[in-house]
Amino acid sequence: MGLMLALAAGLLFGAGLALGGMTDPAVVLGFLDVAGAWNPALAFVMGGALAVTFVGYRLVFRRARPLLADAFALPRTHAVDAHLLGGAALFGAGWGLAGYCPGPAIASLPAAHLGTAAFVLAMLAGLALARR
Amino acid sequence: MFPVLWLQALLGGALIGGAAVLLMLGLGRIAGISGIVGGLLPPAADWRWRACFIAGLLAGPAVVGFALGREPIGMPAAGLPVLVAAGLLVGFGTGLGSGCTSGHGVCGLARLSPRSIAATAVFMLAGGATVFVVRHLVG
Repeated sequence: MGLMLALAAGLLFGAGLALGGMTDPAVVLGFLDVAGAWNPALAFVMGGALAVTFVGYRLVFRRARPLLADAFALPRTHAVDAHLLGGAALFGAGWGLAGYCPGPAIASLPAAHLGTAAFVLAMLAGLALARR
Repeated sequence: MFPVLWLQALLGGALIGGAAVLLMLGLGRIAGISGIVGGLLPPAADWRWRACFIAGLLAGPAVVGFALGREPIGMPAAGLPVLVAAGLLVGFGTGLGSGCTSGHGVCGLARLSPRSIAATAVFMLAGGATVFVVRHLVG
């Protein structure tokens, strides 16, 4: 049951990315390029996602626990530290170079472009390195 | 950009939000892609739901492609060496910073987490600055 739910959530997530244009790096880079021909699509995607999540989370957190797990697994760190800010800066630089963040990169794999596969392999290596 | 594309982007965002709410309601988990994937490197004890989520993520665009009648996945926007460097930066950065566009930018902002607000501001600025350098200073 939990696995079916995770599959459904992943499917919704991937469909949302594709519908919003986020599986096209040109659209993402068009948003980050504020000095060029600015493409606001990413702002609409983030706005839509935030609105639903903001309201939905508040309804969900009225419950004592999730439907299929013992407790909500929420981050326990609260400090804005150098790891957080340095990591975000490195991530942003890579995002600006390729137009891929982790979700859209993985969701784009089925199109079988060599460059996307190379990006994802490098991303997994970087992620594994950071988690050591 | 035509209004129909704005609506499409808003609706796409709403689906992403629906996915985040569903995962929190059902499993009590943050829908952050770098975190979900990170738990597979190496596979944690709870690898099964993570693998199922990723399987769904991989299948999602095909559903949209079928519904719209066109391929929603675009071409990579850079050459191989740049893509490899960018992948390393994105992987290492999201690992070090504990989240990406989904975990911090959607789930964290929705929880009004100070860490996520700070991280989102930094990666947006760094992304914009990088594109500015690549397209308007170097390019």
